[in-house]
Amino acid sequence: MAHVSLQGVRKSFDSLEILHGIDCEIEDGEFIVILGPSGCGKSTLLRVIAGLETLSGGTVTIGEKIVNELEPADRDIAMVFQNYALYPHMTVYKNMAYSLKIRGLSKTEIEQRVQDAAKILELGDLLHRKPRQLSGGQRQRVAMGRCIVREPKVFLFDEPLSNLDAKLRVQMRFELRQLHESLKITSIYVTHDQVEAMTLADRLIVMDGGNAAQIGSPLEVYEQPMTKFVAGFIGSPAINFFNGKMSGDGSQVELVDSTCLSLGKNGLKKHGGSEVTLGIRPEDFKVVEDDQAMIHLQVDMVETLGADTLIHGHLGKIDTDFIVRLSGTHHLKRGIKLPLSVSPEKLHFFESQNGNRIQN
Amino acid sequence: MVENRSFQKVVTHSSLIIGVFIIIFPIYIALVTSSHEQAEVASTVQTWFGSAFLDNYSTILTTGRESTGAIPISLMMWNSLIMAVGITVGKIVISIISAYAIVYFKFPLRMFFFWIIFVTLMLPVEVRILPTYEVVADLGLLNSYTGLILPLIASATATFLFRQFFLTIPDEYVEAARVDGAGPIRFFIDILLPLSQTSIAALSVILFTYGWNQYLWPLLITTEESMTTIVMGIKRMIVVEDSVPEWNLTMATALLAMVPPLAVVVGMQRQFIKGLVETEK
Ligand SMILES: Nc1ncnc2c1ncn2[C@@H]1O[C@H](COP(=O)(O)OP(=O)(O)OP(=O)(O)O)[C@@H](O)[C@H]1O
Ligand SMILES: [Mg+2]
Repeated sequence: MAHVSLQGVRKSFDSLEILHGIDCEIEDGEFIVILGPSGCGKSTLLRVIAGLETLSGGTVTIGEKIVNELEPADRDIAMVFQNYALYPHMTVYKNMAYSLKIRGLSKTEIEQRVQDAAKILELGDLLHRKPRQLSGGQRQRVAMGRCIVREPKVFLFDEPLSNLDAKLRVQMRFELRQLHESLKITSIYVTHDQVEAMTLADRLIVMDGGNAAQIGSPLEVYEQPMTKFVAGFIGSPAINFFNGKMSGDGSQVELVDSTCLSLGKNGLKKHGGSEVTLGIRPEDFKVVEDDQAMIHLQVDMVETLGADTLIHGHLGKIDTDFIVRLSGTHHLKRGIKLPLSVSPEKLHFFESQNGNRIQN
Repeated sequence: MVENRSFQKVVTHSSLIIGVFIIIFPIYIALVTSSHEQAEVASTVQTWFGSAFLDNYSTILTTGRESTGAIPISLMMWNSLIMAVGITVGKIVISIISAYAIVYFKFPLRMFFFWIIFVTLMLPVEVRILPTYEVVADLGLLNSYTGLILPLIASATATFLFRQFFLTIPDEYVEAARVDGAGPIRFFIDILLPLSQTSIAALSVILFTYGWNQYLWPLLITTEESMTTIVMGIKRMIVVEDSVPEWNLTMATALLAMVPPLAVVVGMQRQFIKGLVETEK
């Protein structure tokens, strides 16, 4: 077990810089999820930590050691690959034992470790099968087993669940989390699935085009997104954005169709008069009496999902489409005006120019 | 529908039977001929087996004929076997190693070397036979197994095939091996070789047949009778001066010459089928 520290990690392929300097301190035993859209450099970051790619700048420290120059095998890490990379010609047992054999452990020691791992992962009956004779979930577990036997300081996962069907993914997610609770090994997990990220992570690194846009607990990232990108990436359906202008004293914000929303008692005095982007999550709207409404939504379409209802609509005359999510079922007709309110602390403001969060 | 299908069956089966017949027929004639006295086959083609079967085979296997320098076929087959196995093993070893280097290592002029190897595809043995002869003669390798095998070992085809195969092996295996701590040699032996098993089997069959059927090269560099290969032997039996070819013995020799390549094909067939059934993921 060890803490991992990334300092100014950069990576370029030829002249193209993919990672633009990432800093992160990962605590001992923490489960970190790297989340971001496709192509933002998540896998690259993981592979840099693993040592499969060389750094172009910065340092990676695992435990007390700077590992920049070390081969993957010498970094005390274990990695689960997206397609598991189980050696097809070796049995499950041999797959798990291979790295130990290379390290020169004694036969009895290897046997012991493999059997222990097999017990944890319930692989006992499968040890003499070849990988092709296993189901997706079982292969996934063998890949985990191959990591566990090495007793590494850090686990690395690159989208390990993306090849499984939806149901199995939920189950494996649960098992993964349980495994982490019992082993307490520092884990770094890459995914582009936000549900996976939110449920597994102690902390998230949300990546945006080679930068760490925000690092924080899932709840922090959800409730206090630091950039417009993070706000838009986390949450489903996605957050609604409106362009608006702060009033001079920063106590309210005026939207394009002259709807005014009050910011509550604190306001944002320093930002009075500036152009802003307002973000409101679909689930933060409440239906209220007509006279208390902050916004009137012109209903265009209603999607009934059972537990929730999604209402698509727009503001006034202007084409500012947005989505509202209400719990339970609601029978609403197309074309009516729905009176809505949002509590002031659920309003997220971002600078129009650079998308950074505006807060006191 | 059913009628139609049975009609199809008739058509496919009859065309298969015709094909088999065309292939079997010469072999059958060879087999029949090899079972007759020489006088019975000197001017006619016999259609049914004669009585000299065992005599003929024991003659060629043990004593041999004057036309072939009076050395027994068994010795020729032994020579051919050594040459064919040498060429097969040599070609596979050399080409799998060079393909490994080209695919998995970054070194200066990598693609240049690959293309150099590739270009030699256009220079088969026959084209470069004189300079090769010169080199082999200068090295004093005439009339030796080394001389028979060595110049035929370099193989662009096999290198190219292995390269193509290695390119289909997912990078994840290489990376997993790196994380597991397997160095280049370990990776080659523990992972790449087992994965290449079926490719190796397939190539062995082709290369063994290639080696076994070599004619020109052995003809050129062997002058001692004891180094004669079986293909050379057959050829000599057909073209005899001042007498009638001993067709019965020639046919027997030809049939014997078919046996080892056939054995290799049958032996390796299992590997093929294994490769086809167990698609490795
Ligand atoms: N070996 C390489 N050479 C050149 N460019 C590369 C290489 N590997 C990755 N890239 C580029 O780096 C960028 C980030 O790739 P990366 O694989 O890290 O994305 P990712 O966030 O993991 O995406 P995904 O979710 O699709 O897996 C991409 O634009 C990709 O084209
Ligand atoms: Mg990736």
